[in-house]
Amino acid sequence: MKALVTVKEVVTVGDEFEIEGTEIPPQYLETELNEWDSFALEEAVQLREADVIEEVVTVTIGPESCENTIRQALAKGADRGIRIWDEALEDVSQLDVNAKTDILSAVVESENPDLILSGVQAGDDGFGATGVSLAREIGFQWGAVVNHLNHEIADGVAAVRRELEGGIEEETEIELPAVLTIQSGINEPRYASMRGIRQARQKELASVTLTDLGVTSDAVTPELRLTDMYEPETESAATVFEGDAEETAGRLADLLENKGVVQ
Amino acid sequence: MTDVLAVADHRQGSLRDVSFELVTAAAKLTEQTSGDLHLLIIGGPVEEFAEKLNLQGVDVIHTVDEGMEFNHDVYVQAVTQVYKAVAAEYVVAPNSANGLDYAPAVANTLDLPLATDVIGLDATDATLAVTREMYGGKVATTNELDGSAVVTIRGAEWPMAAETGTASVKTVDFSLDEGSVGSRVTGFRETTGGGVDISEADVLVSIGRGIDEEENLNIIRELAESLDATISCSRPIVDSGWLPKNRQVGQSGKVVTPDVYLAIGISGAVQHVAGMKGSDTIVAINTDTDAPIMDIADYAIHDDLFDVVPALTEQFQ
Ligand SMILES: Cc1cc2nc3c(=O)[nH]c(=O)nc-3n(C[C@H](O)[C@H](O)[C@H](O)COP(=O)(O)OP(=O)(O)OC[C@H]3O[C@@H](n4cnc5c(N)ncnc54)[C@H](O)[C@@H]3O)c2cc1C
Repeated sequence: MKALVTVKEVVTVGDEFEIEGTEIPPQYLETELNEWDSFALEEAVQLREADVIEEVVTVTIGPESCENTIRQALAKGADRGIRIWDEALEDVSQLDVNAKTDILSAVVESENPDLILSGVQAGDDGFGATGVSLAREIGFQWGAVVNHLNHEIADGVAAVRRELEGGIEEETEIELPAVLTIQSGINEPRYASMRGIRQARQKELASVTLTDLGVTSDAVTPELRLTDMYEPETESAATVFEGDAEETAGRLADLLENKGVVQ
Repeated sequence: MTDVLAVADHRQGSLRDVSFELVTAAAKLTEQTSGDLHLLIIGGPVEEFAEKLNLQGVDVIHTVDEGMEFNHDVYVQAVTQVYKAVAAEYVVAPNSANGLDYAPAVANTLDLPLATDVIGLDATDATLAVTREMYGGKVATTNELDGSAVVTIRGAEWPMAAETGTASVKTVDFSLDEGSVGSRVTGFRETTGGGVDISEADVLVSIGRGIDEEENLNIIRELAESLDATISCSRPIVDSGWLPKNRQVGQSGKVVTPDVYLAIGISGAVQHVAGMKGSDTIVAINTDTDAPIMDIADYAIHDDLFDVVPALTEQFQ
């Protein structure tokens, strides 16, 4: 079996930043491998180590600058990577779920995986929808918010647990091929070893365009038009304890005494 | 005139709160567009649910009596069928674990734009403006879309509808394509049970990713001991295996309502806040003065936890 893992380089914003129009200038931004994707990747690599999967391929939509992040995924055990980028994507400030679905489904068509693992959501745009949308598009089965996957996959059926709200999990059997959106905590993502990092440099990282994939630029025209971006109004009514740590701790200690927490 | 189809959420025989919030959100939309609000109930004790959801603003309740529990294939088929039958423009679904398991597939099947985890909705006849957050709540955005769409709404953003209404109830003539059902629920399990029950504690010392490393938890333990308090945490601490699941506060953990909640190195992501906003007094210790936790904190210390926590412990020794 082959596993395809969607890997996204997400943007994070520091404590201090500004907004210009509908953008945050690059000096306030950092990038990292999407937290949820790292759990998805780890799960795929563990499946390969358990001989359930023969090959783990990552797929990323992103410019050349995100190759470092993809190399991290390769260093953590993925066999090879695919990166999709195109001029038509350069001016798209926010890629809709449907656009990602169209692009990724073209990759699925050429790669033919049995299992697709993606993060529950991306830490930046937080759509939480691409995996399920993709599954539907390509006619795979799916499961969202999966926090356990039985590595003994028998008769083409995967036994998973889906994390619901309030400390309840649902046990579900899903026919393969399938897309699973992976929730954090399903495993313990490994760090890339020095050896892994060295090996990653030799691994194949193919870059393809939309044209290569047969996806037209119409498919990536935003359906959601980003018209405004702002810092949510802080409604903080908190009493702020000022001063050095000793002073603030003293004020907090007084408060706790007043509340009867300590005598 | 733009009609809205809202889809109720339920589990193990009970409607979830978000079902009532959906009614509020969707009723506001139909008010803005002078359309009708159709509410869809799929599975479970549908008649009992229909009675409970017969609320002001709902015009028609459609019931699909198919199974007791959630199955995404049933949901996708039922939602798309009813959407077409009533010629609605918008589908409004919850951004719950189940909503996330069918709403994107509905949008894909109907070839509609999708906006998830929405916290604000504003419609004119032609355009829908949705408010969403990005970067873990640091930024809010407005997105506009024309024509029809599927949106999922964040829980606890709209008040729960409560006024009884006068909706008509219709049973949907639903035929399930069994062949397309490729997954089945085999059971449920509880994960936060056993050991300490943080929901019973009067004082919680709660730690988040700001603690950085497992061994640093010692300073939290010392503080909790000196306060005779119970330790709880945000999700990443449990994900890392540093504390057991029964200590996790939040949407997928426990709901807690202590007298005092000390949020230490916790940003206040929506899924965390869902579990602790009912605390009597909330104190946040965080270096980020704009962390979302500050919105609900009663008291705040904008400083490094590694300085403040030991200093606080010292006060009680
Ligand atoms: C479906 C789903 C369900 C979820 N369920 C839950 C849930 O039940 N509970 C939950 O908690 N999360 C849940 N999450 C995860 C949630 O979205 C956040 O990722 C998580 O709550 C973040 O935890 P945190 O605040 O500890 O970490 P972060 O968001 O990383 O925040 C760390 C904070 O520590 C501060 N900090 C860093 N260093 C210091 C220092 N030295 N001194 C002081 N402050 C410092 C930073 O300023 C920051 O505000 C869920 C997510 C999903 C998608």
